[in-house]
Amino acid sequence: MDRVTTAPGGVRASARVLARGDGRGGTALPVLEGEGPLALRRTRGSGAEARVMLVGAMSGPLGGDHFTVDVQARSGARLRVGSAAATLALPGQDKAGARYDVRLTVDDGAELCWLPEQLISAGGSDLRLTTSVDLAAGARLLLREEQVLGRAGEEPGRLTSRLTVRIDGRCVLDQELGCGPGAPGGWDGPAGLAGHRAVGQVVVVRPEFADRPPAGCVYEEGAAVMPLAGPAALVSAVAPDGLRLRRLLDGALVSLD
Amino acid sequence: MSRAALLVLADGRFPAGGHAHSGGAEAAVRAGRITDAASLEAFCRGRLHTSGVVAACVAAAAALGVDPGELDRAADARTPSPALRVAARRLGRQLTRAARATWPSPELDAVAALFPKGAHQPVVLGLAARAAGLTALDAAYCSLYEGVSGPATAVVRLLGLDPFDATGVLARLADEVDRAAREAVETAERVVTDGAGVLPARSAPLLEIGAEAHAAWPVRLFAS
Amino acid sequence: MHLDHHHEAPAAVSADARRPDGTRRALRIGLGGPVGSGKTATVAALCRALREELSLAVVTNDIYTREDAEFLLREAVLPPERITAVETGACPHTAIRDDISANLEAVEDLEDEVGPLDLVLVESGGDNLTATFSKGLVDAQVFVIDVAGGDDIPRKGGPGVATADLLIVNKTDLAPYVGSDLARMAADAKAVRGELPVVLQSLRSEDGVREVADWVRERIAAWTA
Repeated sequence: MDRVTTAPGGVRASARVLARGDGRGGTALPVLEGEGPLALRRTRGSGAEARVMLVGAMSGPLGGDHFTVDVQARSGARLRVGSAAATLALPGQDKAGARYDVRLTVDDGAELCWLPEQLISAGGSDLRLTTSVDLAAGARLLLREEQVLGRAGEEPGRLTSRLTVRIDGRCVLDQELGCGPGAPGGWDGPAGLAGHRAVGQVVVVRPEFADRPPAGCVYEEGAAVMPLAGPAALVSAVAPDGLRLRRLLDGALVSLD
Repeated sequence: MSRAALLVLADGRFPAGGHAHSGGAEAAVRAGRITDAASLEAFCRGRLHTSGVVAACVAAAAALGVDPGELDRAADARTPSPALRVAARRLGRQLTRAARATWPSPELDAVAALFPKGAHQPVVLGLAARAAGLTALDAAYCSLYEGVSGPATAVVRLLGLDPFDATGVLARLADEVDRAAREAVETAERVVTDGAGVLPARSAPLLEIGAEAHAAWPVRLFAS
Repeated sequence: MHLDHHHEAPAAVSADARRPDGTRRALRIGLGGPVGSGKTATVAALCRALREELSLAVVTNDIYTREDAEFLLREAVLPPERITAVETGACPHTAIRDDISANLEAVEDLEDEVGPLDLVLVESGGDNLTATFSKGLVDAQVFVIDVAGGDDIPRKGGPGVATADLLIVNKTDLAPYVGSDLARMAADAKAVRGELPVVLQSLRSEDGVREVADWVRERIAAWTA
């Protein structure tokens, strides 16, 4: 816990993972550093893949907290990062908002699966999440983000989530979702979420999409597979709750295989 | 500069193809999410503050002379739905034609040459405003207003909604359009110095998903 | 027209007779008329009559969008890449007269993708008697009415009936069953149209579209002269 610094009104914490091919067909993790709420564990992988779990040692982020996660997959790495539980955004002691910044970098010949459990925006919380992904032209990515607005029967907190994906320096996806009290008007209306309380996205980047773009499709009304302007596809879904959201995302993803 | 040029560009009868697009309203009506004036208003408000604001910032930046290619790439990244990218480029191409005939300009010729199948409509709208001698604020207003008037007009046709009610919706959104237009110009000025990365990226999930569903219908009244 | 301008510029702005590469574009003929008068059937018959001698394409404008295109596909009168459907937002007359941009794009794309073309037929969605095509979109227009719609339509006139380059009175085979007086329709049409031609046709008869096809051939000859 020595590197956890308490900012005025909140906790600053960071986690870093660096993965690279070990030259024997496996994946080495020369850097695996987490702290406090962002503790990391290496778990049993399969084949060439290394697996890492984010295991939150305390709840959060709370108002005023600032978390940073930095994951780099270097050439030859196959890395899968998950989380042991949902992340719960909670109100803090003071009125300050919380920040959670995720930065993912994937080099040529590397693959990253970023599959955390859902983010729950509890009533009264205020979180700004940014996920920024930089991929080399020959990198592969599977990224899932799920947001659940409010715990059962609860009004959601304020959540702003921005997801940016660059491939070979070119931005192919830049999306921001704002919801909860104080969000830009109409966020829960017929154009936004229309009362749905779970919203999620999956980004799939594969170099072979450059020559063979994936087909788009609509899956059960609430989800769509959308080829992006680059070798990538986005699955976007809304659902009444987190369970049904996961089912929609998983179901729609099948069309890409 | 002529203020009347703003009326020409903002006129719903300006022949640039907008009449055939519902801005997602046809899909929302079919899904039962727009049923009356109140739900139309909520739809328009959501559109205004998401894709509407993004488009207005792009239009204002183009009107300030930011590189159309850079803005077009930024618009692509902010439009994950391929159906909406196609619609935006079709409308951009139609607007290019109308604007070149109305306000001939080397910049419009250049964008037509660079994007033979159309640049994103807000990029062209900004260049059209420039060619007409209008300001970035004018471009933002045009973009924001057509972003809400399109769905309102479409819902009159789709639901038989009382046209007076639909016009009332637009009037009630006027203050929000004013604020959004001013903010769009502030953002566009930052784009001039800091690049297209500072453009907003606000998204409306059901606009994107609904557009994909709509594009797959075998029969529909509106192109998007 | 503007034979030598905008050669290096992309995409014509309006109805220029030359394409950006300097070649002459296809002749464009519009077909309009009330719902159910037989516009699509006439287009289908024209395609069958002319497809051996001309390079043809069709743009449909229909308030039910793809239905007319699908009819043409079902009838197999043209390969699918030669038929484009334009959505009109429930306003077909707007798309052929007031805001022709989507139709212009459709005809230009057809020339780019399946060209060179001799003839593009632009079919309006079924509309009312006042709907006419813009001269910025088509070089000539045909108005199609039918005997079952009432034999007083030619007398009532209206822009379509009075000013179209060709008026077709369709479904003459039905006249005895609906009590329409063909002679009176022809006389009334002559009264409002003066020298402009009128064709009475039944597509049920052998070679029923021949007269209209001949009129199109004359137009093509004049266009390419």
